[in-house]
Amino acid sequence: MQATPPAADGAPVLSLRDIVKTFPGVRALNGVRLDLFPGQVTALIGENGAGKSTIVKILTGIHQPDEGRIIVDGTETRFPTAQAAGAAGVTAIHQETVLFDEMTVAENIFIGHAPRTRWGLIDRRAMRRRAKEILAGIGADLNPAARLRDLGIASKHLVAIARALSIDARVVIMDEPTAALSHKEIAELYELVEKLKAQGKAILFISHKFDEIFRIADRWTVFRDGAFVAEGLMAEATEAGLVRMMVGRSVDQIYPKRPARIGPPALTVAGYCHPTEFEDITFTLHQGEILGFYGLVGAGRSEVMQALFGITRPSKGACRLGDQVRVIRSTAQAVAAGIVYVPEDRGRQGTVKGLPIFQNVTLPSLARTSRAGFLRLAEEFALAREYTQRLDLRAASLDQDVGLLSGGNQQKVVIAKWLATKPRIIILDEPTKGIDIGSKAAVHDFMSELAAQGLAVIMVSSEIPEVLGMSDRVIVMREGRIAAEFTGDDMTPENLVRAAVGIEGAAA
Amino acid sequence: MSLLKSREAILALAILALLGLIASRFPSFVSPRSLARVLTDTSPLILLALGQMAVILTKCIDLSVAANLALCGMVAALLNGAGVPLPLILLAVIALGAALGAFNGVLVWKLGIPSIVVTLGTMTIYRGTIFLLTGGAWVNAHQMSAAFKAFPRTVIAGLPVMAWIAVAVTAGFALLMTRTPLGRAFYAAGGNPHAAVYTGISVGRTQFLAFVLAGALAGLTGYLWVARYAVAYVDIAGGFELDVVAACVIGGIAIAGGAGTVAGCVMGALFLGIIKNALPVVGISPFWQMAISGSAILIAIAFNAASRREPGRIILKKAEARQLQEAGQ
Repeated sequence: MQATPPAADGAPVLSLRDIVKTFPGVRALNGVRLDLFPGQVTALIGENGAGKSTIVKILTGIHQPDEGRIIVDGTETRFPTAQAAGAAGVTAIHQETVLFDEMTVAENIFIGHAPRTRWGLIDRRAMRRRAKEILAGIGADLNPAARLRDLGIASKHLVAIARALSIDARVVIMDEPTAALSHKEIAELYELVEKLKAQGKAILFISHKFDEIFRIADRWTVFRDGAFVAEGLMAEATEAGLVRMMVGRSVDQIYPKRPARIGPPALTVAGYCHPTEFEDITFTLHQGEILGFYGLVGAGRSEVMQALFGITRPSKGACRLGDQVRVIRSTAQAVAAGIVYVPEDRGRQGTVKGLPIFQNVTLPSLARTSRAGFLRLAEEFALAREYTQRLDLRAASLDQDVGLLSGGNQQKVVIAKWLATKPRIIILDEPTKGIDIGSKAAVHDFMSELAAQGLAVIMVSSEIPEVLGMSDRVIVMREGRIAAEFTGDDMTPENLVRAAVGIEGAAA
Repeated sequence: MSLLKSREAILALAILALLGLIASRFPSFVSPRSLARVLTDTSPLILLALGQMAVILTKCIDLSVAANLALCGMVAALLNGAGVPLPLILLAVIALGAALGAFNGVLVWKLGIPSIVVTLGTMTIYRGTIFLLTGGAWVNAHQMSAAFKAFPRTVIAGLPVMAWIAVAVTAGFALLMTRTPLGRAFYAAGGNPHAAVYTGISVGRTQFLAFVLAGALAGLTGYLWVARYAVAYVDIAGGFELDVVAACVIGGIAIAGGAGTVAGCVMGALFLGIIKNALPVVGISPFWQMAISGSAILIAIAFNAASRREPGRIILKKAEARQLQEAGQ
């Protein structure tokens, strides 16, 4: 477990060769290769379903490859368990970071390898001291005694990174590490990556965001549909070239926003307040409009949407649908009123794993697919087929467990589910977060089409190009309030960011 | 899906193997008459297990079903003693059972108390209520009317009414679970409560309805039990709630909610029922009976755990994938 100094000839610290991995009905990996070099960041690029998550699971000992070799320092080895991978110095910081909410920061960092006292008990003082050292080393100002559940996502990432450092990892896998971070936090993460590089760690960096790949990666490897496509040095790569390799075709127009005919108001929200999350939210949404909601993570955008959808209740304020005042106390009422919400956290809030695709799609529409209280499976299937086809869902069969689909395809199932209810207002919360460019374009295209059909669309997004590219109008939230609203030529990246962080540039 | 089906197939095979094993020594055990008796004996377990299945699907558990059964059974016996006609008694016990279930359900739904705590409490309360009603006295066979005792035993087309009720409720549940919005809601609420909420399904209300259903079945079974055994006292069906949960677990109802089938549940109950009926015939002591039931539960849980693990580690799944591959998929 000694940290080897970066080899002069740049021999990889870890290599994968000819890895094959099969799941029911899917060949997730088909003979892929991957090299990770000490002191270098390798970006793994590919659409969803390209096999990135599977390769992470193989590297961390969660899955076993059916075929192929794992080579550490030139010696072939196996990772039969997560512990074995950890012992070989491989550690991962996951998309949805896996930590223990009820434990303290220090306990999370040292779980499994806590310092012991002479009597074999956990030495809490040493643990806190070392936790503090490690946290200070990565510039994280966190109290080792704080409970994890009281921290934000960015801080949890730092804890995960500190944990990686505490076991003297040589290979650090970062799976979409910036997905939930604000700009300031992302900048800090970049610094941290530089520090890890300087310490000779090999870093596997998985991201959909090209700007950050170009910013911090030294090498790139592209997978497509579970197969290795190519690899090379970042210095010699171009964005267009990588995109072409990822999708097997060139994507030129990324934002297919069509000019919309803005109709009468569909939703008027007046003075919505919530005791802890937001205050005085007032805006109007029109038919045929895409209204963007931009803000830093934690600005309260999702919380407002959840209140509109009846998941939480506002303490004050009114909302009008068309010309009727409606009080929405439950999600069922919201759906009945024609408001639907595609949540950000697909895994937790979107799909019911274990149920087949068609049942996921028809879940809110069961009243329509049943007669005299009994479900009619043929109608359910027809409804599910209609909407999944409209979204170009790729699945072997609608009978398949939704949990076996890739993230992008799960998102399509969730959107299909809501479209099948024939809504008047659709709220999309980070609709393209963590999904590949191909699916992204499909979702954007579809949003445009919905607006053109007269639906009122709210899109919550943290990606400025997406907000600017898709919205007719943008509302920026900061710390639970509406900070600004922009239309037309005022919709510039600078304006959005300024409003989101506050004039003096203080981050949330 | 196909793994679930194969689990039911495995359970069916296990039941057949068990019957075969017993038949090799005691052929009379598998005679139609004997099997009909086993089915009748197992009917209360089937009825309660189906109700419990609904509750477990929603990520809850109802430990109060046996106490509910005992209380409703006692009320049925007392109503009969007061001269209330049988149809009214049936309605009354179903309503009372549903109300007791609703009480559990409301506590879970509105106060958000974990169901295991709620039903652990109400289990004791419901039993205690029997004592308060009777002062601990028994209602014996001679205090019950002939019609009251005869109804569950009346034979129609070769099976007593009690078994027919179990068959009918099983059919009803199969329909409920696969073909109604409520059945779908049970699976969704337990499979992913967060997503269910975002879909407009009230998880609490769904859980509440599961408790009402389980309670109503416990109430009905209370009458059947008391009438069949022709005695009612505080401790009838003591500890029966554990058999009920065991039947569900053996039947592949995922204790974490969201997965399981009516067929599995009924077979789980039958499996336990056959063991209970066969062991005395074979001449094995009741203590072995417990050990065998217990082992069956552990094996079933091991099966469930294996099927819940990450895909890719399971031989069956690998084989399945290979078949798909070969079939050109």
